[in-house]
Amino acid sequence: MASLLKLVAQRIALGLLLLLAVSVLIFVGTQILPGDVAQSILGQSATPQALANLREQLGLNDPAYVRYFHWLWGMLHGDMGTALSNGQDIATSLSGRLKNTLFLAFWAAIVSVPLAIILGLIAVRHKNGFVDKLISGLTLASISLPEFFIGYLLIYFVAVQMQWFPSVSTVYDSMSFLERMKAIALPAATLTLVVLAHMMRMTRAAILNVMQSAYIETAELKGLTPFEIIRRHAFPNAIAPIVNVVMLNLAYLVVGVVVVEVIFVYPGMGQYLVDHVAKRDVPVVQACGLIFAAVYIGLNIIADITAIVSNPRLRHPK
Amino acid sequence: MSNELEFLSHRVATGKLSRRDFLGRAAALGVTAAFANTLLGSAARAAGPQKGGTLKAGMQGGESTNSLDPASWQSQVPYKFGRQWGEQLVQMSPDGEVKPCLAEEWHASDDAKVWTFKIRKGVQFHNGKEMTPDDVLATMERHSDENSKSGALGIMGGIDKIKVDGQNVVFTLKDPNADLPYLLDDYHLMIQPNGGKDNPVAGIGTGPYKVAVNEPGVRHVGEKFANYWRDDRGFADSIEIIVINDATARTSALQGGQVDMINRVEPKIVDLIKRVPGVTIQNVAGKGHYVFIAHCNTAPFDNNDLRLALKYALDRDEMVQKILHGYGSVGNDTPINKAYPLFAEIEQRKFDPEKAAFHYKKSGHSGSVLLRTSDVAFPGAIDAAQLYQQSAAKAGITIEVKREPGDGYWSEVWNKQPFSASYWGGRPTQDQMYSTAYYSKADWNDTRFFREDFDKMLFQARAELDKDKRVALYKSMGEMVRDEGGVITPMFNDFIDATGPKVGGWFADGNQEMMGGYALSKCWVQA
Repeated sequence: MASLLKLVAQRIALGLLLLLAVSVLIFVGTQILPGDVAQSILGQSATPQALANLREQLGLNDPAYVRYFHWLWGMLHGDMGTALSNGQDIATSLSGRLKNTLFLAFWAAIVSVPLAIILGLIAVRHKNGFVDKLISGLTLASISLPEFFIGYLLIYFVAVQMQWFPSVSTVYDSMSFLERMKAIALPAATLTLVVLAHMMRMTRAAILNVMQSAYIETAELKGLTPFEIIRRHAFPNAIAPIVNVVMLNLAYLVVGVVVVEVIFVYPGMGQYLVDHVAKRDVPVVQACGLIFAAVYIGLNIIADITAIVSNPRLRHPK
Repeated sequence: MSNELEFLSHRVATGKLSRRDFLGRAAALGVTAAFANTLLGSAARAAGPQKGGTLKAGMQGGESTNSLDPASWQSQVPYKFGRQWGEQLVQMSPDGEVKPCLAEEWHASDDAKVWTFKIRKGVQFHNGKEMTPDDVLATMERHSDENSKSGALGIMGGIDKIKVDGQNVVFTLKDPNADLPYLLDDYHLMIQPNGGKDNPVAGIGTGPYKVAVNEPGVRHVGEKFANYWRDDRGFADSIEIIVINDATARTSALQGGQVDMINRVEPKIVDLIKRVPGVTIQNVAGKGHYVFIAHCNTAPFDNNDLRLALKYALDRDEMVQKILHGYGSVGNDTPINKAYPLFAEIEQRKFDPEKAAFHYKKSGHSGSVLLRTSDVAFPGAIDAAQLYQQSAAKAGITIEVKREPGDGYWSEVWNKQPFSASYWGGRPTQDQMYSTAYYSKADWNDTRFFREDFDKMLFQARAELDKDKRVALYKSMGEMVRDEGGVITPMFNDFIDATGPKVGGWFADGNQEMMGGYALSKCWVQA
């Protein structure tokens, strides 16, 4: 048990270290974007006088490393600063956006993860039969279509032709839970279709791999039904790779959905980040980058830990 | 129109028959859906505005970086929202005249240097305070402060002194300017309590709608201001702008009925949208134009013969057809078209490969000419550059097209590189357009057009209160830019908006898209 705790602690420490490295990368990356903040904020209509005033006000004349430590210090205290472009407090506007992103990701995951795993199990049960090929074919078709195309297809058929769900998924605080669910139906469906195939194929492959083992043969010989064998013997042993791919897809649902957000006009983190990159609003870009990195690293740590915990060989290393 | 149809459309307008039923019965009478919609529109106008309901607009041009401070406005959404909650001293009428708004009347001294604006009494701000000349003065001061980041700083630069005199505000200019009232229509110059000096982002003005929700880049909601001073606008109980930057999402939101009006319909899909029942395309000629700009002071474009060759080598009609799909008009190598006040017709330049070849040969230039373009220069700018390349090839001129990334185009390419694609949104007056981009000392003289004789005419026209003389001066200036300038203007683009079945009272206003920006307050919800 102690060695397990130590392993977990190691993983978390490594994750934090990685996050620190990422923060340096993010900072350097935002520094080498072409153009400067003042110019981007004022756009085509900038006069040199207004540019000079703005640069002065934003403190763009300090050296880079000073700004880095200043920024890191603020971040560690939960102070993300204010957006350069509109003067709003970043933590406040970001938390609203993050909440929206997590809300969408949560519901997409609630639908897609169990669906993918069950479909995977069914596919294994009917290995190489018609059902297996149908499931594989459909999920592969949905992953092969670009996500914006799936989005447009859903908008055209479900929103415009049948008018079941709105094509604009704008959500706001005064909405009731049901209204929200209705609003996010189409983007959540799009995301589900996008991530389904990957998880389903991985589940299928992992379980099939286990199915070759000798203990499965034993189980068969002692007369268990095929589905029992999968549920009791194959699935628990295949859980590590499945959790890995599920976590990767969950991370995608949080950090990779900007296209879906744009199509469905969903006020999430992706759109927020892109707007601020376009305006060279560095503090916001840095904050978003760090949050995305934290989500990614965090989910991967969870996947790692689950893999260790579920595998006795890793739990009790020699 | 048959009596029956007339009867039916009147019943719809007065709310006794649903629109859908009307269309059904009209179809039974053998009337096409498009015509039936037109009938409905005219009946609704005849019945007069209806009060109540919510009007929603889906608009491109909003970012989560937007602010309510009028000084900061650059993009469409904050500015169009501002038109609903704020007001300036004057406002442009749909036919391009300056009309009183928060100023009741004004007059100029004989030399057009001292302007006196009489401020309207009895107008309330949304916070309940009465609007006073002091608020006007404070607003003007805030926007003319050297340290301000106001987009109106350029306009305010020409003002020497502003003072309050009883109910009047008096502007004293550094140089005479016959166009001052036009300048004060600028959308940055929304009159705020104490000029917005206390809290520039408070969003408090005198407009027909109060700011109720402000979520930059997502949506903006206005609620009817009960004590508004006019009754010719502000019909709906509430208005909403939803930011929809994706063109397909915008059109599908209109089709699905989630918004009642949208801006920026892409020319190439206009014909498809037209066929959707209930949707009406609203296009109007404006002052915005697309340009190819050559620097008059940089080799090889410092040679006027090469510039002329490039001008003759452009097939403007083809561009209007293929890039704008007919929703626009040809340019004439000036920034001015007939949408401007004081416009005089100048002979139209046509595509002429022979003349182009002649001037090209005379210029002595050899080799290719590098044209930089980008997606962001104007919609279709990449295709336009390639069309230009082909028409120029007919005159024996080789244009090399270089596609630049949209990111950083305005800071690294436009106004820096000698030959590039760009656009101009147009200005209220010729003087402003020329002062912004053709005056020798202008920051955005993006064609590097340095001509003392032009500047002299510009000042002369600005100070002149006699209309005929101004028209003549602007004509000579136009001819000079057309024949010797660095701007190559293929086309003026229409503003193309679209409305859904609920919108009543829409009329053409070419000052800006969305009915000059006033669509949400001047239209109403019809049953």
